[in-house]
Amino acid sequence: MSVLDTLIQGILLGGLYTLFAAGLALVFGIMRLVNLAHGDLIVMAAFLILYLVTGLGLNPFVAALIAMPVMFGIGWALQYFVLNRTLGPDILPPLLVTFGLSIVIQNGLLQGFSADSRRIPIGPLESASINLGPIAVGVMPLLTFASAVLVIVALNVIFYRTSLGRAFRATSDDKVTAGLMGIRPDNIFAIATGLALVVATIAALYLGARANFDPTIGPARLIYAFEAVIIGGLGSFWGTLVGGIIIGVAQTFGASINPEWQILAGHVAFLIVLLFRPRGLFPRAVD
Amino acid sequence: MSLVSSNQWAVETRTRASSMFFVIAAVAVLIAFAAPFFLSRSGIQDLFFILTMLVLAQCWNLLAGYAGLVSVGQQAFVGFGAYAMFATVILLGLDPLVGVLAGGLMGALLAIPTGFFAFRLQGAYFAIGTWVIAEVVRLSMAQWKALGGGTGTSLPTTATRDMVGVKLVQDIFGVRSAQAVDILCYWLALILAVASVVFIYRLLRSRQGLGLAAVRDNTVAARAVGVDALRIKAAVYIIVAFITGLVGALIYVQKARISPDAAFAVTDWTAYVIFIVVIGGIGAIEGPIVGVLVLYLLQTLLADYGSWYLLALGLIGIAVMLFAPRGLWGLFTERTGIQLFPVRRILTGGTNKTNGGTNV
Repeated sequence: MSVLDTLIQGILLGGLYTLFAAGLALVFGIMRLVNLAHGDLIVMAAFLILYLVTGLGLNPFVAALIAMPVMFGIGWALQYFVLNRTLGPDILPPLLVTFGLSIVIQNGLLQGFSADSRRIPIGPLESASINLGPIAVGVMPLLTFASAVLVIVALNVIFYRTSLGRAFRATSDDKVTAGLMGIRPDNIFAIATGLALVVATIAALYLGARANFDPTIGPARLIYAFEAVIIGGLGSFWGTLVGGIIIGVAQTFGASINPEWQILAGHVAFLIVLLFRPRGLFPRAVD
Repeated sequence: MSLVSSNQWAVETRTRASSMFFVIAAVAVLIAFAAPFFLSRSGIQDLFFILTMLVLAQCWNLLAGYAGLVSVGQQAFVGFGAYAMFATVILLGLDPLVGVLAGGLMGALLAIPTGFFAFRLQGAYFAIGTWVIAEVVRLSMAQWKALGGGTGTSLPTTATRDMVGVKLVQDIFGVRSAQAVDILCYWLALILAVASVVFIYRLLRSRQGLGLAAVRDNTVAARAVGVDALRIKAAVYIIVAFITGLVGALIYVQKARISPDAAFAVTDWTAYVIFIVVIGGIGAIEGPIVGVLVLYLLQTLLADYGSWYLLALGLIGIAVMLFAPRGLWGLFTERTGIQLFPVRRILTGGTNKTNGGTNV
């Protein structure tokens, strides 16, 4: 029974990692931009939600809803005014600028909120659980996983069934030609990053509500997110979900053997996938 | 031969500025060697910090600026080298200086399996891959209970006190052993810094260096004329791992206390290093030299402001990358045309030079 329990917990944890990764996969898929500050942006969103909850006394879910447009705006401006300047054949500028951004956000948060561990209070939901047959499952992990699946479905709908998605795909395939067809790539890229930060806000809600966080934990979340994206394969949202689940399951099994091995097991699973499928499990685009 | 003697072309990389600079540099190095005679202990420690960061920055510059390998995981080699040194001293009971060598060798050795994974990844994937690998190495080292596990351990004081050369330095300067260790480490860092700059300069001027530049500028074209891109990159990756391991071990001889979180800190061993190279100027040997001085200056000026320091560093890094992608040195050399370590081949001699060829 405990193996089944570990497996379920791992899959549910994978939901959280999928939320970390989905925004990254979107940006990465559309403009090949590696945002090294993604983890820190998630932590920033968590602080924003925390501020709305403790400062204004809002319900955390309402606070997240308010935080979403704010984060969209931040993402849009960040891409439009800063990151668009770095895009090009050379991968160095975007990497270095987002790396600098990561350091700036981390230390800005340290300055503003101190290094204390925080948690978004969500009341009785925090410890609620329901029984699924022989296994008790936490409500929050279940909600996280459901949100992850919803986000993946929503991203797929946006990407493949809307005119915005068509613009995303067009600019992703050929920026210049898309520009000739009346699409403004700069704006499309900015919208993509804005959308990525909306997803990051959802991730931040669950990150902050389920465990303690502080300004320095961003890079570790970034690594999990990247592992999920790379395992899934470039451009496949469902692949990202699978990648997240693989990392989550590997971590919970590692932890069940030795608590110190949790993180290590996730990384090792990633390296093993890499060994056999260097382009991930479900690569859509060639890059 | 006499037929072409009056019309002989030659390829040179030297310029007048660079020839002058070598004389100045040689004098500077001599003065630096004598620094322990007139500088305080904290001054020597600051110079040690500058020199070790310079070596790390030169290595990262070679990796990212010349070989196109943007690694965010060089802390793996710093930490692994340091741990190899601790293992040599604590578990084998050997001299810390032997440990420093072991650190370099183990760094190079580690580069073989990590390169095997990382080289399957392209561009941005490579950056993240190296970071994951560094995390794996850190978490593995934290499992090594004989060296303190997650909390780390210290070098036995007797080990550094009995280190080769410490007694001699003590006698020359009449100082305690701890200070003598600092001086010795400083000299080693100076040797390492000079050696690595000379090595990288010579490498870039060699045939392999030309191949490296060709691969960076156009991989397909370089391969078409017979440059084995993968082999050169792999060689650079391993050499850099060796030097980084040496520096890591040396830094921890001086620190004498290790923990996985410190030895594999992404901020100390990669973020600082990246900022040094970016601010100073990527893709030029002068860049890291300028950058490390800027970093030291900022650190001294902003020492009392805690996280504002890193915040400022990050912002400066972003601004430089956006508005002056070739860094401060790039701005300078654009205006003046001065290059201290010229690697560009210049054609000299020929018809516009009367009786040329004799001085080639």
